[in-house]
Amino acid sequence: MLVDSPTEQRAESPSAPPTRRTIRAVGLLVSVLILVVVALASIAIGAKQLSLGEVWHGLFESSGTYGDVVVDDRISRTVLGLLAGAALGLAGAVLQALTRNPLADPGLLGINAGASAAVVTAITFFGVTSLSGYVWFAFLGAATVGAMVWFLGGSRGATPVRLALAGTAISAALYGYLQAVMIMDDAALNKMRFWTVGSLTSATDSTIRQVLPFLVVGMVLALALARPLNAMEMGDDTAKALGANLNRTRVLSMLAATVLCGAATAACGPIVFVGLMVPHVVRSFTGPDLRWILPYAAVLSPVLLLGADVLGRIVARPSELQVGIVTAILGGPVFIFLVRRRRTAQL
Amino acid sequence: MKTALKRDATSEEDSGVRAGARSAVKSARASRTNSAVRGPGGLSVRLDVRALTVVVLLLLAALAASVVLIGTGDFPIPAGDVLKTLLGDGNAGQEFIVNELRLPRVLVGLLVGASLGLGGALFQALSRNPLGSPDILGLGQGATAGALVMIVLFSGDAGQVTVGALVGGLATGLAIYLLAWNRGVHGYRLVLVGIGMSAIMTAVNGYLLTKADLVDAARSVVWMTGSLSGRDWAQVWPLLALCAVLVPLVLANGRGLRMMEMGDDVSYALGVRVERVRLLLMLSAVLLTAAATAAAGPVSFVALTAPQLARRLTRSPGPNLLPSLCMGAALLVTADWISQRVFGADQLPVGVVTGVLGGVYLLWLLVTERKAGRI
Repeated sequence: MLVDSPTEQRAESPSAPPTRRTIRAVGLLVSVLILVVVALASIAIGAKQLSLGEVWHGLFESSGTYGDVVVDDRISRTVLGLLAGAALGLAGAVLQALTRNPLADPGLLGINAGASAAVVTAITFFGVTSLSGYVWFAFLGAATVGAMVWFLGGSRGATPVRLALAGTAISAALYGYLQAVMIMDDAALNKMRFWTVGSLTSATDSTIRQVLPFLVVGMVLALALARPLNAMEMGDDTAKALGANLNRTRVLSMLAATVLCGAATAACGPIVFVGLMVPHVVRSFTGPDLRWILPYAAVLSPVLLLGADVLGRIVARPSELQVGIVTAILGGPVFIFLVRRRRTAQL
Repeated sequence: MKTALKRDATSEEDSGVRAGARSAVKSARASRTNSAVRGPGGLSVRLDVRALTVVVLLLLAALAASVVLIGTGDFPIPAGDVLKTLLGDGNAGQEFIVNELRLPRVLVGLLVGASLGLGGALFQALSRNPLGSPDILGLGQGATAGALVMIVLFSGDAGQVTVGALVGGLATGLAIYLLAWNRGVHGYRLVLVGIGMSAIMTAVNGYLLTKADLVDAARSVVWMTGSLSGRDWAQVWPLLALCAVLVPLVLANGRGLRMMEMGDDVSYALGVRVERVRLLLMLSAVLLTAAATAAAGPVSFVALTAPQLARRLTRSPGPNLLPSLCMGAALLVTADWISQRVFGADQLPVGVVTGVLGGVYLLWLLVTERKAGRI
């Protein structure tokens, strides 16, 4: 689906020079190939190293050998990484377009903190231990905080600082609550300290089956919003003149971002900076057209997430570094670099 | 509009423009809350009566709360006996409980609150943002990382944890300053670099927590919330010495800070060496915050709320350094008293109370500031 979308779009933008469109389409294909390579690496690399032959055997001719069992185990983890990465990247791209703010990110906007606070509430006060329970709580938390940040920080012309501060402030308050709960309840602390760093280790087939419908709906919605969001980026008045329905686009965008982040966070725990970095990098070579940014973000975000996951397994072998930690430690410096590069007046 | 006029009037007074040069409207507005004490030889000192009253009242409130807090615990002592014991006139049992157990804890609370209040006021004035507090800029997370390294990797005792937190906080402050530096440090860049730093440090802390065994993890979480329990004289003296040096230094530079609120160019023209004052004040703010965090853990929201509350009480647009300091001390001691009364002695650390109160306050602040169009 993602590979097909550029061909339809080619017909819709006759003004762009054909060579550039070809380059973008080829680039997208190359990105998909890179994604395949990273996904294979994610299956092959770990405490038990597998050769490509063993991976092939496990994927297509599985006969229950030791290697096949390992492959089976790592497939669900890799699939979850693919889905969650695409979800976070799309959500970040949609939020950045919606707020006309290159620094918007589900983590910075407090959506992750909302999901975390809701999950710790579910564990401690409602005794929920299964993922199917977490998902609903994480959704509720993400939606509530998303709406709060939007209302407090941005509903009257979002500036980067206003939104980032509203999100960070609400996150800070929610983390205070998180700490209080963890002090009172050792069992919750023991669960939450692994959940809050964000990791793909909890992936099982049933996990994926539970979040898959939400992720698919969110992704389709996000990709469908490319054209109205393109119009929005030109400013409210121009967008209205071009026939975009501002309120509908805003509400649908928030909905898509919330569904995507909520589901990804419920499955993996909070993972920051993927949604910030990838759309940014993508924009630097596709330009501001969201019909290209969104598919690219959906392909390259899982590359980053799976890459970080593999890196976490390599640097801390035979144990592993959780993917959320790797992305934050890689992403923080990129964020600071972006802040430094932009002129203060623009912020 | 109103504040702008008022700021105009006070700044003219600051820069020494004499009464004849002022317009009648401005002098009438200024004289409502400010009056000048004029001495011989043309020397004059501006006296903000309202701010002075606020400072005195907050000091009294902080001291009263301290006396009540000293009397609170498993062995309650009436306030009158506490005062008698503090003046050296109590019986032996009360003297031990008051002087050895509870007084140092309350003093640490007062000093930590004062340092956080002053540090928060400085950061908010320097970043020109009501939310630019050290909590949000990542100083707390940096200090936490230092402390967690000591707790988790070296199983350090309380003293080593304090040193670790101090080093972590100072290093993070320095890193934020250097990374935000680009031909001068500007408010927004400072805040955004701080947010990035805070995310990195949060990840580091999360990693350290997953590496700890459950006992160390529980100890870490208590430290991360901020607690005053078990603090003794060994924590009081270094903090007191630091405050004794830094508070006068900061207050002496408060005038430059107030002018800097009008913008770098204007204050430079008025004779303030902007980058020098900014570096000095930022260094002081980092030191105060790091020392307070090392002593009590990253008690949340005091640094954020104290300057805002102080500003609303004094109704003065300036940085309100002294009122913020007193407000911070009063807030922290009161919060510690609330945590002991509500949850029982040493059940939950003071940081939980400041977190809950601060969270509610923050939401209210965001709503009102947004309505006023200030952020």
